[in-house]
Amino acid sequence: MKHIMMKTTATAALCLAAGGALAQEVTLTIESWRAEDQAIWDDTLIPAFEESHPDINLEFTPTAPTEYNAALNARLEGGTAGDLITCRSFDGSLPLFQRGQLADISDLEGLSNFPDFAKAAWSTDDGESTFCVPMASVIHGFIYNADAFDELGLEEPQTVEEFFAVLDAIKADGTYIPLAMGSADQWEAATMAYTNIGPNYWKGEEGRQALIEGEAKFTDEEFVAPYEQMARWSDYMGSAYQAQSYSDSQNLFTLGRAAIYPAGSWEITGFSDQAFFEMGAFPPPVPAEGDTCYISDHTDIGIGMNADTDHPEAARTFLEWVASAEFAALYTNALPGFFSLSNAEFEVENPLAQEFISFREECESTVRVASQILSRGEPNTWNTMWVNSANVLNDTMTPQEAAADLQQGLESWYEPQQD
Amino acid sequence: MSTVDTTRARRGRMGRLGAAAGVHAVLLAYTIIAIFPVLIVVLNSFKNRRGIFTEPLALPRTETFSVEGYATVLTEGNFLLYYSNSLIVTVVSLFLILLFGAMAAHALSEYRFKLNALLGVYLILGIMVPIRLGTVAILQLMVDLSLVNTLISLILVYTAQGLPIAVFILTEFMRTLSRDIKDCARVDGLSEYRIFFEVVLPLVRPVLATVAVFSMIPIWNDLWFPLILASSDATKTVTLGVQQFIGQYTVNWSAVLASLSIAILPVLVLYAIFSRQLISGITAGAVKG
Amino acid sequence: MTEIVEQAIGRSRTARRRRKTGGITHIAVFLAPTVLIYSIFSIYPLIESLRLSLFDGQPDGSAVWIGLGNYATLLFDANWAVRFWNALWNNLILFFIHMIVQNPLGLLLAALLSLAPRFGGTYRTLIFVPTLLSVVIVGFVWELILSPLWGVAEGMMSAVGLGWLYAPWLGLEDSALTAVSLISVWQYVGIPMMLIYAALLSIPDELLDAARVDGLSGFAIFWKIKLPLILPTLGIVAILTYIGNFTSAFDLIYSIQGVLGPPDYSTDIMGTLMFRTFFGQQTQIGDIHMGATVASMMFFIILIGVTIYLLGVQRRLTRYEM
Repeated sequence: MKHIMMKTTATAALCLAAGGALAQEVTLTIESWRAEDQAIWDDTLIPAFEESHPDINLEFTPTAPTEYNAALNARLEGGTAGDLITCRSFDGSLPLFQRGQLADISDLEGLSNFPDFAKAAWSTDDGESTFCVPMASVIHGFIYNADAFDELGLEEPQTVEEFFAVLDAIKADGTYIPLAMGSADQWEAATMAYTNIGPNYWKGEEGRQALIEGEAKFTDEEFVAPYEQMARWSDYMGSAYQAQSYSDSQNLFTLGRAAIYPAGSWEITGFSDQAFFEMGAFPPPVPAEGDTCYISDHTDIGIGMNADTDHPEAARTFLEWVASAEFAALYTNALPGFFSLSNAEFEVENPLAQEFISFREECESTVRVASQILSRGEPNTWNTMWVNSANVLNDTMTPQEAAADLQQGLESWYEPQQD
Repeated sequence: MSTVDTTRARRGRMGRLGAAAGVHAVLLAYTIIAIFPVLIVVLNSFKNRRGIFTEPLALPRTETFSVEGYATVLTEGNFLLYYSNSLIVTVVSLFLILLFGAMAAHALSEYRFKLNALLGVYLILGIMVPIRLGTVAILQLMVDLSLVNTLISLILVYTAQGLPIAVFILTEFMRTLSRDIKDCARVDGLSEYRIFFEVVLPLVRPVLATVAVFSMIPIWNDLWFPLILASSDATKTVTLGVQQFIGQYTVNWSAVLASLSIAILPVLVLYAIFSRQLISGITAGAVKG
Repeated sequence: MTEIVEQAIGRSRTARRRRKTGGITHIAVFLAPTVLIYSIFSIYPLIESLRLSLFDGQPDGSAVWIGLGNYATLLFDANWAVRFWNALWNNLILFFIHMIVQNPLGLLLAALLSLAPRFGGTYRTLIFVPTLLSVVIVGFVWELILSPLWGVAEGMMSAVGLGWLYAPWLGLEDSALTAVSLISVWQYVGIPMMLIYAALLSIPDELLDAARVDGLSGFAIFWKIKLPLILPTLGIVAILTYIGNFTSAFDLIYSIQGVLGPPDYSTDIMGTLMFRTFFGQQTQIGDIHMGATVASMMFFIILIGVTIYLLGVQRRLTRYEM
């Protein structure tokens, strides 16, 4: 015992002596829910960072998305969480900051590389403090099997009616399942259906802000209409779609058995590897010709610093790098479909990703309607949106019931909605 | 012998044969139900993606045969390490559960002392409560003890989790052991410790095997505590490794099925080791409670 | 030499003394490891959970004592109560299905095995295999088999002319809970089977021989002699089922259906409710205090069930056995 103590003291002394001249190597661990990205971090991002920062080692240690919140929470409570924490947007991370678990990084220089709307996803409501560096947003829309479209002589639909005409044509032909979508996992029904097509009805940010300010209700026409469209979808989904899981839908589409996939841009990487046919993408069709189109361009992923980290300086160095143009280009191209939010100019190489990013020029961007402020109470509006959206697809709830239930839940705790 | 007698005998034999056939039919049918899903996994793990989807029930043929799944698992996952982690955790926890559990059960069944009944109830509480409810406190404890991301943390939790049922089963059984042998040993001057190790332990060996099997399953298969207490790559267990592997390769079913097959194998081997003792163990007294 | 002898004498003297005074040291030594490990890593964390349920979390991470306030919220706040009662009800259905399917099936298999058919050992081992599998595997496999996309279940049913019966059970509100329960039965039937089998084997042969001499048929022997004798074991099986229903059922539902118990909360049980309340998910931030409240309610519900069993059922069973 004594021996060990002496040895430690000796090492400590050595370190102290050398400390001035030789910076100590530190290892930072990164918490993330993106298990799929392991290879990209290990092979591309980490080597690039370590090359310019030889004294900082990085370790990417993801947890499966379903367990991420639980595991991260437990680790934060227990003080064992990684130095760097991948942040979900808006209310997914704000409480962590309020509890003092995420550090305030408002003074990080690199943050000036981002537009305000991007920073808003990881800032306090008053915009005073920012706690995560924006990494990327994901854009929603529809990916389709271009070979199948050619074969059947179909074109990208612009309006809802054209969309259903296309679906009818595919259904009539019978070779393909028109829509690769299931309701088993519920979240797709909310993210890839309701908040994908919804912004066209509630006019993106306008409708979202109106809800937050209490001027609109979920029972208003513009919030019920997307559910009415979804209720029509079920005729075009695979038989037994009620038990079709997320990965079932992915397989159905990439194996060439379905023609249209209601998508998030994060699918691009996997689909590019798996599918053996040409793919294209179109934004959610608008209700009437000439309408402005709105897309769900959701600020999805950011990265912040554990307030308890032993190496705050190194962690900040890394965050500065994440905010740099170098990271923006590396990340977006390593993960086509996760679009950097940086102002920096960068080229997107993947053609499908280019199509998605081009939606930004034609359409107005907004984020998922329940992600900010509206999911702060119990019942959690985003959870209810999962459940009710799946119910509408399953035909067990009418669009009106789904909307009324959302509104009732929100009213029960959200003051601006209570008068 | 009269004709009536022979007919009756024949009918009896036929009946017995029929009954035996019925017994086999039911058992065989259920065995197939039990085994079929496992077979499907193993079978399809030897196919390529197209083969898995187009003919899920067919045997791998030349066009569909593929070990690409296994190749991915072996190159991408660090499964050998995960195996050894799982093995260490399972075997050490089992050893501690059996040793400590038997010691405690011996104390409770052999000696009369004031707190005996109370302690018995105290220990049984643990059977009723999922230890997972205390996760946050456990994690904080492990942090204070600097045991996070060590296999020791898992071993401690699993031992704590497994002890109540072990003590419960072993106590019930030890109560049925005859006092004479032990008293004989005492007259011979054996210490209480030697009585336990040399007389009692050998007698309860079959029951220990039973306890081992029932305790082994939740330890080997646990996902939760490895995730919270020891998720670093060096301490990952097979179950956690497989689970994350699935997360990483959602659409690569060959790889997923291969990793599942790989995870099934060792439990079967461990089970085979204990199962010969299992039935004699259960019969010996586990259910007398 | 003398030293050793003296030591030996000393030892035997202490031994004698210990026996006289009832000797407490060795009892303590035997009990210490178990009591220590169990108290520190099992009981203390649970008490901590109970304590947490009496506080209310503040946005800054601190906590305020509110007594039973969280329990009142859980039971009487409309938004919480609907989830709580739904989960509890689902748990009871789950328990009911296990009682009418798993345990009778376990009894049947055990009874057949106890007739000592050929290959009995092989049947027994193979039927026990699912019990050994991790829920990660079980969940994945059954989702595949029942998946409309892969079509194993549908294909097999069509092959025997029952294709029209197929439905996406896991995705339908009316059948999801039953489907999950049956998967759980598939996985765990080995346990009641083994326990009952062992109990059947431990019935003394003389008893059965006597019955046979009295001319009882095999069936009558089973009903009139074996079944009453193994009733205590069936009682244990029932209570283990009840407890497992609150503890291990979570793992399976979690891995097949996820944490919201879809569709429309039809497979939401106390375990999933506790999990997402405690640890949160996506935009729902975990609330350790409400989570601990749900956890504590689970504990009380289990305790009530076990008490009913111990006071009511078991006492009557034991008397019957006498």
